Amino acid sequence: MAHAYTPGLRVSDYATVRKQRRLPIAGEVLVSVGDKVRAEDIVAHAELPGDISAVNVVNQLGITPADLPNLMLKQPGERIARGEAIAETKPLIKWFRSAARSPIDGSIETVSHVTGQVMIRTAPKPVDVRAYIDGTVVEIFPDEGVTVEATGALVQGILGIGGEVAGELAVAGDGPGAVLEPKDLTDDLAGKIVVAGALITRAAFDRATAIGVAALVCGGFHDCDLRDLLGYDLGVAITGHEDIRPVLIITEGFGSMAMAAATHELLSAHAGQRASANGTTQIRAGVLRPEIIIPATGDAGAAPAGAKASPAKGLTPGSPVRIIREPGFGRLGAVKSLPPEARRVESEAKVRVVELEFPEGDTMIVPRANVEAIES
Amino acid sequence: MKPDELNVIVATDCGSTTTKAILIERTPDGYRQTFRGEAPTTVEAPFEDVTRGVLNSMVELEELSGRRILDGEKIITPARGNEGVDIYISTSSAGGGLQMMVAGVVKSMTAESAERAALGAGAIVMDVMASNDKRPPHEKIERIRTLRPDMVLLSGGTDGGTVRHVVELAEFLAAANPQPRLGSSYKLPVVYAGNTDARGEVQAALGEKAELHLTENLRPVLERENLGPARDEIHELFLKHVMAQAPGYQKLMSWVGAPIMPTPAAGGNIIQQAATAEKMNIVGVDIGGATTDVFSDFNVPPPKGSGPELAAQRVFNRSVSANLGMSYSISNVLAEAGLASILRWMPLDIDEGELRDRIKNKMIRPTTVPCLLEDLKIEQAIAREALRLAFIQHKALAVGLKGVQRGRTISESFDESGSSDSIINMKDLNLLIGSGGVLSHAPRRCQAMMMLIDAFGPEGLTRIAVDSIFMMPHLGVLAQVHEKAATEVFDHDCLIHLGTCIAAASKVKPGGRGFDYRMTVAGQTRQGSVGGGEIVIEPLGPDEVAEVVIEPGRGVDVGAGGGRTIEAKVHGGIVGLALDGRGRPLEVPKANRRETIARWAKAFDAYPM
Repeated sequence: MAHAYTPGLRVSDYATVRKQRRLPIAGEVLVSVGDKVRAEDIVAHAELPGDISAVNVVNQLGITPADLPNLMLKQPGERIARGEAIAETKPLIKWFRSAARSPIDGSIETVSHVTGQVMIRTAPKPVDVRAYIDGTVVEIFPDEGVTVEATGALVQGILGIGGEVAGELAVAGDGPGAVLEPKDLTDDLAGKIVVAGALITRAAFDRATAIGVAALVCGGFHDCDLRDLLGYDLGVAITGHEDIRPVLIITEGFGSMAMAAATHELLSAHAGQRASANGTTQIRAGVLRPEIIIPATGDAGAAPAGAKASPAKGLTPGSPVRIIREPGFGRLGAVKSLPPEARRVESEAKVRVVELEFPEGDTMIVPRANVEAIES
Repeated sequence: MKPDELNVIVATDCGSTTTKAILIERTPDGYRQTFRGEAPTTVEAPFEDVTRGVLNSMVELEELSGRRILDGEKIITPARGNEGVDIYISTSSAGGGLQMMVAGVVKSMTAESAERAALGAGAIVMDVMASNDKRPPHEKIERIRTLRPDMVLLSGGTDGGTVRHVVELAEFLAAANPQPRLGSSYKLPVVYAGNTDARGEVQAALGEKAELHLTENLRPVLERENLGPARDEIHELFLKHVMAQAPGYQKLMSWVGAPIMPTPAAGGNIIQQAATAEKMNIVGVDIGGATTDVFSDFNVPPPKGSGPELAAQRVFNRSVSANLGMSYSISNVLAEAGLASILRWMPLDIDEGELRDRIKNKMIRPTTVPCLLEDLKIEQAIAREALRLAFIQHKALAVGLKGVQRGRTISESFDESGSSDSIINMKDLNLLIGSGGVLSHAPRRCQAMMMLIDAFGPEGLTRIAVDSIFMMPHLGVLAQVHEKAATEVFDHDCLIHLGTCIAAASKVKPGGRGFDYRMTVAGQTRQGSVGGGEIVIEPLGPDEVAEVVIEPGRGVDVGAGGGRTIEAKVHGGIVGLALDGRGRPLEVPKANRRETIARWAKAFDAYPM
C-alpha cells in the first residue's frame, strides 16, 4: 500500500524544465537547436486552414447534382469573393437566370456531385507559437515545433484560469496568510506576475485587471467569485482557454487558504526576476497543472549541491506531505507511521490511514487518500 | 486455459480515479470473491502508465490475501498453491474512456440508433449530429473540428433509400478533417453503418481523411435496429486504436487473458445477464468519479394494436452521462442541477459560498474521501442529484423505435420533434441495483438505499440492492471468459440486498393518509400506517420474506391504481422494508426542509446522532 498515494505539486528551487512548443498543424520552425530564446519569441509558425462554409447549390438553383458540373462558374482551388456567383443556371430566357452566391470570401474547396454541396473555405489564419519561457532550444520537431529548456525554480499550482504570460515576479500583501485587498495593488505592478497570500478578493482582482497585472498567484479563491468572473460555473477542471487578465493561479484550493510557507518563501526569494506563468489546468486524462517558472540567469542556473529532481515515490515515514481535505486542510507535516489496518474515521468510513506529525509538535491520523506528497 | 481449469482469477477495473483489483477463487461453495485491493489510477502524469496503478492495486491484494501474485512486475501464472493466478482480466474507463461522436440523418431515428449503438459499446457520446438538428453546416463542421473524439460512428438512411443526406454528413466530416484525441500518428477511425448503397460515395468523401470501416446498416429498415455489427466494430477499434494509444495500455493488453472491455460495457453485461436469467426488469447504476452509467433491461410489451405476430421482448439499454460523477465531474453536477437542488437534500444548514468551495475542492483533489460526517452528508446530497440527472438522461434514451408505428417517411420525420414514451415504467421495475464508490462504500448500507430511493423514485414494489464492493464491471468482463464463475460471484458476493421499497406512485398530501400496511413474517403480524410525506422502515432480514397487504388512502396509488389494495410477498434485506408515503414525483418541502430531511434520515438510522 506504500505505493498508493496522491502525487503532489512540485515546489522546487531547482528544476530543469523542458517545454514542448508544438503547432496544431504542420508549419515552419523558425529557430535552431542551441538558440537562446525569450518567452515572447515566436519559435514556429503555421497557417491554419480557414473556416468552412457549405452551400447547397443544387437546392438553391433547383437543379440535380448531375447538372452541376456544367453550371459551375468556379472550380476547386479558385478564389471567390463574398456575393460572387458560384454557379448559374442557363435558361433560354436570360431574365430567368438564377445564381448561387458565396456567403464568404474564400476559395472553393470541394464540389460534390452526389449532394450538390460546394464547400468554400476562408483564407488561412496565421498561428504563432511562442517560446513561453526564457531558455534554450534543445530539440526540433521538423514542421511541428521545438522543445525549449530552462533551469530554475518551478512552482505548480492546483488550478489556474487563463493561458500563458511572462513578466517580472513581484510580491504584494502581508505574507502567505494575508487577504489581498485592492489597496495592496499599486500601479507599478502592471505587466507583472504578482504573488499574494491566502485569498484574493473579487475587488482586488478587478483592481489587478484595471492596472494590467499579468498574473495573480494566491493560496485560495472563492468559487462564487470565480463563477462571477467567468460568467458560468466551472464544471470540470479543464481550463486555459479563458480570455481573462490577469491569469489566476491558485496554489492550495478554494476558499481562504494560506499559501504554503515554502511556496511563498520560494516565490518571494525570486521577486524582481523574469518569470513565465500558465494557468492551463487539466485534472484528468493527461494531467496539466498551472505553473510559475522562474528561469535562472547566469550562474544562478547551476544546480545547488545535492539538488536533484526527486522522482515520484511512495509515502514512507518521514515523507513531507500536505493535508488536502478537512480536517486539517492545508496543514504541512511529515509521515510518522503507516498503520496497515483500515480504521474508522468520523464519517464512519473504514479507510486506510496515515499518522502525521507536525512542526508544532502535534500528531493527527487522516485517510491516506487525504494527503498529497510534497514533491521537490 | 479452459474455463473449467480457472481456479484463481484476478480482475481489475482501471477507473478514472481508482484502479480496483479483486481476487476470485474457486472454493468448495463455488467461485467466491475473496479479497479486494485498490490504488490510484496512474494513466496521468507523473506516471503516465496505467500498469503502475494495476500493480499497486495487486500489491495491496497480495498484502491482504497473503497470496503472491507478482514476481517483480510480472503476474505469476498459472496458480500453484498460494502463488500466482490462472488468468488476469480487466476493464477500463481511465484516461477519459472511449469518447465518440455519432452522426445520423434523422435526429430521432438513425442518429438516435447510432447513439444507442455507441453507448451500447460503452462509449461516452460527445455529440450527436444529424441532418435535421437545426445547426447550420459551418457550425457542424466547426464542432467536429474541435471535438477530437476517439472515433466517429456515421449512420443514416435505410438500405436502398436515399443516399444524399448521409453523403452530405460524410462531406461535413471530411471538410472538418477531425484529428483523434490521442496523438496525430494515426487517422481517425470512422465506422460507417448507414445505407449500404451510399458506401461508395462515403468512401470517396472520407477515404483520404479517415480510417473508414464499413459495417452493416444499424437501421436497415425503419422497423428494425441492427446495432450488433456496429458495436462489435467499435469494440475492435477501441482495442486497436484507443487502448493502444493510451499510456501503458500496450503493456496491459499483453498481460490480460481476455480483451480489455470499456467499463460501462462490462457493467452492463452483468446486469443484462442477471435480468435475462431471473426474468426481471432491472435498472442498474454505476456512479463513478467522472461519469455515471445507467443500465436497464425491461420486458417490453408489443405496441398497442399490433398483431399476434409481435411478442413482448427484452430490451436492454445503457447510457453514459459523461459529466456526472463524484470527483472529476462533481462540480458539473452542481452546474447542471443547480445549488438549490443539492441543498434540498442537506440535513444541515451550510453557507452557500462554503458549500461551493467544498465542491470545487473535491473537483481539484478528486481522490480524497470524506473524513468528516458533514462532508459525507454533502457528498451524498450531490450523489442524489447526479443519479437523478443520469436517470433522466437514460429514460430519454430508453425509448421505443421512432418512425415505426405511424409509418412516416424520412422527409416527414425531418419535421418530427416529439419523443416517444420511455420504455421504463417504474411500476414495472423489479430490482434497482446501485454501484460505484459513493453507493458501494457508504459507511452505512442504509445510506445507499436512501440515496437510491430519493434519486430514482421507485414506485409500487421494488427490491433494492447494492454492489457490495463495486465489482460489477469486473464480473462483466469475467462473464466473457467464465459465465458460471461470474454468475456465482454476482449472486453470492456482489449483490447485497438492502430490502424492498413500497412506495406511493402518486402524489400524497403531506400530513394526509398515505397507506396502511400489514406484514406477516413467520407467523408474526405487524401493522402500521404511513402518513403522507413520511417514510417508515420495518425490519425484514435478508433471508426473510413477508406477506404484505397495503391499503392506500383514497386516490393514493401504490402500484395497482388509485385507492387499490395490493397483496404481495416481499423480500427483506440488511436494511429492511422501506414504506415510502412521500408520493411521486418526490418533492422536498421548502418549509422545514432541514427538519424533514433529518426526519427521513432518522427513519433509516442513516447517520450517527
